[in-house]
Amino acid sequence: MEKAIKRYFPVFVLPTLLAFCIGFIWPFLQGLYLSFCEFRTVNDAVFVGLSNYAKAISDPEFLHAFWFTALFAVTTVVLINLLGFLVALAFTQNFKGINIFRTVFFMPNLIGGIVLGYIWQLIFNGVLAYFGTTLKISTFWGFWGLVILVCWQQIGYMMIIYIAGLQAIPGDLTEAAQIDGASAWQRLIHVILPNMMPSITICTFLTLTNGFKLFDQNLSLTAGDPMKSTEMMALNIYNTFYGRVGWQGVGQAKAVLFFILVVGIGLIQLRITRSKEVQQ
Amino acid sequence: MKKKLLAAGMAGAMVLGVLAGCGGGSSSTATSGSTGGSQTSEAKGSVYYLNFKPEQDAQWQELAKLYTEETGVEVKVSTAASGNYETTLMSEMAKSSAPTLFQVNGPVGLANWKDYCYDLSGSAVAGELSDNAFALMDGDSMAGIGYVIETYGIIYNKDLLSQAGYAEEDITDFDSFKAVVEDITARKDELGFSAFTSAGMDGSSDWRFKTHLANLPIYYEYKADGIDDTDAIKGTYLDNYRAVWDLYINNATCEPAMLSAKTGDDATAEFVSGQAVFYQNGTWAYADVAELGDETLGMLPIYIGAEGEENQGLCTGTENYWCVNKNASPEDIQATLDFMYWCVSSEVGTKAMCGGEGAMPSGNPGMGFVIPFKGNLESENALVNIANQYVADGKESVLWCFSTMPSENWKNVLGSALTTYAADQTDANWETVRAAFVDNWATEKAASAS
Repeated sequence: MEKAIKRYFPVFVLPTLLAFCIGFIWPFLQGLYLSFCEFRTVNDAVFVGLSNYAKAISDPEFLHAFWFTALFAVTTVVLINLLGFLVALAFTQNFKGINIFRTVFFMPNLIGGIVLGYIWQLIFNGVLAYFGTTLKISTFWGFWGLVILVCWQQIGYMMIIYIAGLQAIPGDLTEAAQIDGASAWQRLIHVILPNMMPSITICTFLTLTNGFKLFDQNLSLTAGDPMKSTEMMALNIYNTFYGRVGWQGVGQAKAVLFFILVVGIGLIQLRITRSKEVQQ
Repeated sequence: MKKKLLAAGMAGAMVLGVLAGCGGGSSSTATSGSTGGSQTSEAKGSVYYLNFKPEQDAQWQELAKLYTEETGVEVKVSTAASGNYETTLMSEMAKSSAPTLFQVNGPVGLANWKDYCYDLSGSAVAGELSDNAFALMDGDSMAGIGYVIETYGIIYNKDLLSQAGYAEEDITDFDSFKAVVEDITARKDELGFSAFTSAGMDGSSDWRFKTHLANLPIYYEYKADGIDDTDAIKGTYLDNYRAVWDLYINNATCEPAMLSAKTGDDATAEFVSGQAVFYQNGTWAYADVAELGDETLGMLPIYIGAEGEENQGLCTGTENYWCVNKNASPEDIQATLDFMYWCVSSEVGTKAMCGGEGAMPSGNPGMGFVIPFKGNLESENALVNIANQYVADGKESVLWCFSTMPSENWKNVLGSALTTYAADQTDANWETVRAAFVDNWATEKAASAS
């Protein structure tokens, strides 16, 4: 059997590999090439060298979008993981209806970002109307609106990962600690958390990259208003691509920079949290 | 051996699955519907029209089918989702079967696509134009042909206006308009309605103000300077823009700070349900407001207090230009030109484009357009007829100068500044609007030119 698998492995791998190349590798390489071009449609490009990158870097809105996105990503990483972990702790206790609670918390994650954005826009504007303001004229509320939305959407998802992690901790470890006289707090810090590091790695990675890549919620909730102050990087790239005649290449260059940034940050984060993981 | 066969079969199934996936994945987001007849004739060429107006999709599909039945030439019509025309066009144009007929919205849209535009001068459809002003020129080449003329202004409810004790004759310029509006606001509770519908700055409605209303200060500045485009706008009439914007936002059905959340549907609903007298929009909105009854609907010019505005008419123009893809095969180009000519000259075509209720051969309503071609028919759109009356009365139509606005980006920044100002009407916030209007114009023009 093993021999047969070895002999036929190209037959099984090739279709997927082909799809991966067609659907990912080729568009990526073409996108990279296009970032050095001026173009209207993707197969009608004129090579212009680095000028797209020069324009992208010198765009103050892009820089603003970067800082705004960074602030947003940090805020959401902290909030989502903290709350997700707490909810997971609560839902690994034994009480009635626990599966219903887990399902309810997980469900927001099943709704698409655009829909969520519009629904939350109605909710926020309904509440903010009492204070004589709306999301679109207040950067402060725009930012926190986005944070609340994304937390609401992602906490449930991270909670599931944390629950799985918590349940994988051998019961005898915590029991032994308890017998040795460790308080609940000490058990959490010294036993549970170190054993949870693989889950924390995954969750921080997901929330960090999600935070940087956020697009649909941003588009539908604030659309960058007021005055592009809540415009995040992905939305900025989109607006660059379609907002001005002849700037498609600049949008493409920004997208490449964005890709490098997200990959870089993701790798650094993985390295940091991985180093804290312990062997059971 | 059996195992081998099984493995080969499974692998084959996987390949098929992947290929099928690719086939499905390549369909665009556009709602597309090709014609029923599949008698593709190589010699005759075929037509692929990427339509801009979702509201007329059904009519174009029907016309395409009729044309195929009549001539045997295949016509495919796709319609981009609202607000996604440029994105759809960009991806469709990259395909091997690119649209042969597409649209640009004026000089700025043309700048993006001029390398794709076939020179229409001397074509049969160009010969049908009632006025060459509706051709979009790129130097000496006729890059596009406007195919629908539209008009906007302030649509108003005649019944409510007379309930408030006024008539159309009382409004002849900005000052008299302002007096009427502010009087209605002062007696709002007693009358039971407001002057203006909400000037919503939601994306579904903000183009009425960041584009259409902003057209007026641009128009008057161009007129005063005797130009039709500029790289650096001066903002001569910005104070007028502010005055009229103040009027819109402070006399509406809602608090100015709430405007950012109001949608186009909100404004339409307020107007139709009689909560407000005035509603800025154009002839294309007729279907939305028709339930008030033709005799109730009136239209006023948008006065901004510029000199000589007593003779100002409504804002008339087009941002829908047909362009033929010059990279298409010669047969396809010819087929496309023939199709365009048929649409604007044949009985069925003109009836479908201009007619109202029951104008399509299938009995469905027509597109209700005014077309700038010799074959134009009398319209059943009450707003169009009001607009025609203004022209017949010798009023000077305001041109659609907004097609020279530098970029989408310019409009979006202006819209955002207007929203901020509406919430807090300080001079500092107006300065932001001014910067978005004047400084950003130069920035965006320069950015687009480079």
